[in-house]
Amino acid sequence: MSIKVQDTRYKDITARSILYAVLVIAAIYYLAPLFLMIITSFRSMDEIRVGQLIEWPKSFSLDAWAAAWNQVQIGAREELGLKPYFINSIKMVIPSVAISTLLGALNGYVLSFWKFRGSEIFFALLLAGCFLPFQAILLPHSIVLGKLQLTGTVSGLVMTHVIYGVAFTTLFFRNYYVNLPGELIKAAKLDGAGFWMIFYRIILPLSTPIIVVSVIWQFTQIWNDFLFGVVFSDPDSQPVTVGLNNMVNSTTGEKRYNVDMAGAIIAALPTVIVYVVAGKYFVRGLTAGSVKG
Amino acid sequence: MTKSNRSKGIDYWLPKLVLSPTIAITTVFIYGFIFLTAALSVTDEPLMTIFSLTNPNIDFTFDFVGLDHYVKLFENDRWNGALLNLGIFGVLFIGICMIVGLIFAILLDQNIRAEGALRTIYLYPMALSFIVTGTVWKWILNPTVGIEKFMQDIGFTSFTFDWIVDPQMAIYTVVIAGIWQSSGFVMAIFLAGLRGIDTSIIKAAQLDGASLFSVYTRIIIPSMRPVFFSAFVMLAHIAIKSFDLIMALTGGGPGNATDVPAIFMYQFSFTRSQYDMGATSAMIMLMGVAAILIPYLYSELRGEKQ
Repeated sequence: MSIKVQDTRYKDITARSILYAVLVIAAIYYLAPLFLMIITSFRSMDEIRVGQLIEWPKSFSLDAWAAAWNQVQIGAREELGLKPYFINSIKMVIPSVAISTLLGALNGYVLSFWKFRGSEIFFALLLAGCFLPFQAILLPHSIVLGKLQLTGTVSGLVMTHVIYGVAFTTLFFRNYYVNLPGELIKAAKLDGAGFWMIFYRIILPLSTPIIVVSVIWQFTQIWNDFLFGVVFSDPDSQPVTVGLNNMVNSTTGEKRYNVDMAGAIIAALPTVIVYVVAGKYFVRGLTAGSVKG
Repeated sequence: MTKSNRSKGIDYWLPKLVLSPTIAITTVFIYGFIFLTAALSVTDEPLMTIFSLTNPNIDFTFDFVGLDHYVKLFENDRWNGALLNLGIFGVLFIGICMIVGLIFAILLDQNIRAEGALRTIYLYPMALSFIVTGTVWKWILNPTVGIEKFMQDIGFTSFTFDWIVDPQMAIYTVVIAGIWQSSGFVMAIFLAGLRGIDTSIIKAAQLDGASLFSVYTRIIIPSMRPVFFSAFVMLAHIAIKSFDLIMALTGGGPGNATDVPAIFMYQFSFTRSQYDMGATSAMIMLMGVAAILIPYLYSELRGEKQ
């Protein structure tokens, strides 16, 4: 009898060990490319040429990082390195995120507490915009940006990201607000509080979590965007994703993998930092459209 | 009394005013532009004159050509190759992401220590740009410097892994990189789904002597059908729109071996200036997304009403 008990316990322990082993191997698989990127970015080209794919840097060198940041020639532009592209991305992302989040909050507020005839239908129509394949609007949009003389400008990209991001931010805020107790708003309305008063005094103070979700989602989407960047900008306004792609695919001279990897980390760093600091909210944004409630 | 009436008046039109910019944006930039793209795909009018704002004599008499461009598109070998590639990529990418995501969601659901840390690791690629993912995998999969060379250097001299330069196999490297980026996301969705299941049913089944395996196959997985549906829709959406990953990983090559509709549309519209083909291929992509999305939104909205 006791032997049998021991048996099942052994079985349990083995099963748990296998379970953990599988989970850890998977973790290594997901981390390996990042790890390789980081160690390679600190190696010199001499080392990479004679060495292995996976090898600890013999001497930590920041040369590749400096090259990727402001020394490497990308395309025909005068300023060197990814730095000007990185600055373009910052100039693009801050206003786009701020405006689209503010619009989304106001839209969500109206669509939750100030419904009017047709507002539900409008919400459904807007929702479809979340899934729009942007190819279906690229041609007309490029013509309109051209007419507005915004092609190849950061402002043009900001406008584009606000327009095609507002469906998502509205969805976030609306789905968050409909779960707030409606009595609160009704009572405030009876007390004579108006549209803006209720928004500033009641809704906005309750909105911190969803503002964080919206800001993180928009930041990640817009920072990582490539399609709008490559179609609507010129070398002076291209974001960092386009800069990185041009850098990696430029065919002049020897391929410098350490510089490529340093560049990839530079381009990825802002969103990775956001993910590490506020991963919980990032996941909430990702799953907002998929799992109800 | 008059004051309250007046403020009621303001509150009557204010919500509409606040919503109006978004209504205008949606009408013009989403639905209006879809209509214009559709118009471009069935007419032969040069693009610039249709959209001309400065030319007062806009000539609206364009040549309606019906479905000619669609016929031409489907006679184009490159387009058909792109569709085939999307089919291969889509099926494998969605299928494997779902299987891997489900397995790891179930494994992580077994009271794992450090679950939070593991989840963070599985999901972080989703925070990266597809351009970054493509850059890294392009290097790892490059036979002369990546895995192939590594394996040969450590002794497996006959090891070959050159899919990325092999036109027959290159599309599968896109699958590898795509799965690396997105499977953790599917796991997160499934894990949230697993956590949302009513535990009392599971406990009752276990009291009745059901094994862990049959609890999963008979109760948990069937009750997650809506979650599978959501994950499928989101992955299909990622697959149809996939552009950045392939641009960074293979640039559509070698040759046109990893061409997909999004790259076809981009190159015909913006490097070859064949707007008719660009607009027509965009409409096909839109129809593809709609075919997947409309049943999904319909069931979601119906579910909300119940």
